[in-house]
Amino acid sequence: MADFGFRLSKSSTIDLDKIDTSVYDRLCKTDPDVKTCMACGSCSATCTAAPFSGMSMRKVILALQRGQDVRPMLSKCMLCGKCIMVCPRGINTRHIILSICRQYD
Amino acid sequence: MIYEGKQKIWSDYQKEIPDDHWYYVRSCIRQNFFPASERMFTEITRNVLKKDVYETPFHTTCGGIAYHCDTIPQETVMTIVARQFSLMTEAGYENYVPSCITSFGNYAEILETWREFPELEARIRENLWKACRREFNKPKYLAHTSDLIYHWRDRIAELGKYRLVDKETGEPLRIVEHIGCHYAKMFPHKAVGGAEYPYVLAGMVESWGGQVVDYPERRHCCGYGFRQYHVKANRGYSVSNTHKKFESMEPFHPDAIITNCPGCPYFLDRWQYVIAEQTGKTYGRNGFGIPVFTYEELAGLVLGYDPWDLGLQLHQVAVEPFLDRIGVEYDPKAKYLGVNKEDIMRPELPTSMKCF
Repeated sequence: MADFGFRLSKSSTIDLDKIDTSVYDRLCKTDPDVKTCMACGSCSATCTAAPFSGMSMRKVILALQRGQDVRPMLSKCMLCGKCIMVCPRGINTRHIILSICRQYD
Repeated sequence: MIYEGKQKIWSDYQKEIPDDHWYYVRSCIRQNFFPASERMFTEITRNVLKKDVYETPFHTTCGGIAYHCDTIPQETVMTIVARQFSLMTEAGYENYVPSCITSFGNYAEILETWREFPELEARIRENLWKACRREFNKPKYLAHTSDLIYHWRDRIAELGKYRLVDKETGEPLRIVEHIGCHYAKMFPHKAVGGAEYPYVLAGMVESWGGQVVDYPERRHCCGYGFRQYHVKANRGYSVSNTHKKFESMEPFHPDAIITNCPGCPYFLDRWQYVIAEQTGKTYGRNGFGIPVFTYEELAGLVLGYDPWDLGLQLHQVAVEPFLDRIGVEYDPKAKYLGVNKEDIMRPELPTSMKCF
């Protein structure tokens, strides 16, 4: 296999007819304010855990909308709550994280 | 593809293309990638179609590559373009035809910006005067070279020696048309056929006997995308886009691809080699790739020019199986003979994709 210093990236295309969005759908019922997220990324930018663990609240919400498992990422959250303070939509992100964890129980 | 629907769209996006007297400007990169293409444009237009196509050695880059790589201010690009227009004015022409798709998009964008903001045009005129004491008229007509070949496509078909049909079965060859992003996606009304289904290359394929293949990622970028390729860390993204296109067109078994952009034929051609080396997969028949042609090369083939005079030996994907299907006469031994029949040396062959 030739090494060109770069390689094909895995496609991020999803088939909306095949993915399971039940976790996100249940979350929208218990915490409707998650729907007001505009994916600005302020939460991710201020996250203390992000530079060391790859935790990103913005990625968590996007992954849920795409039907992907977010538990490995959530386990990195320290629940410090800094993300709540910077959210321009006033979403209680820490509460959302706890709610997502409950969806998997 | 609902053909009647396409015809409706195409009829909504037509533009006036004068039949003669064009001021021609070349691309920065096409002559390095596929050097015979621009040479063939002047050969066909001047010597075959007997048109007045003028060019001057004093023209420069339009600044489009730097502009789309975010490394040059727009006013500087506009002043460069103003100088190009001044050369056209000096030569006594008013129909401007660039060979590069990005140049075409760049000129279209600048003319539209000046129409919208006349005070900016005045400032650029002042910049040009201060920089080199030049003045200019704006072109009356702006077209891309593929627009001109499209305009004369039926005449080329009449004069042609070959048609894009399988010589054994008589079936039309299946051709994928790939339009450069800067041709129509910015200003659909400046393109032949609009942005969704531009007709410029499809019209050539139909006139020359081929069949246009529709496929889901037809309008997807070739993968070049300027920043995506020029930043080495992004090249995986570049080749992934090309891979996406080939995966999408594979089920439709195209025989060849025709393009009208400097970057597209290069990347659709060379990335097939990279994909084959990295994954072992090829997309053409019997372990070959899908040959990628510029519209000048295909026009030259139709007109009966020697494939090696068209520079087809510089393609990564072997073109011989396609030539054999049409029945084009060529000497395989002359493939790597340059001008004066001097040996130009043979490239190292790929390990996963068949090549000659």
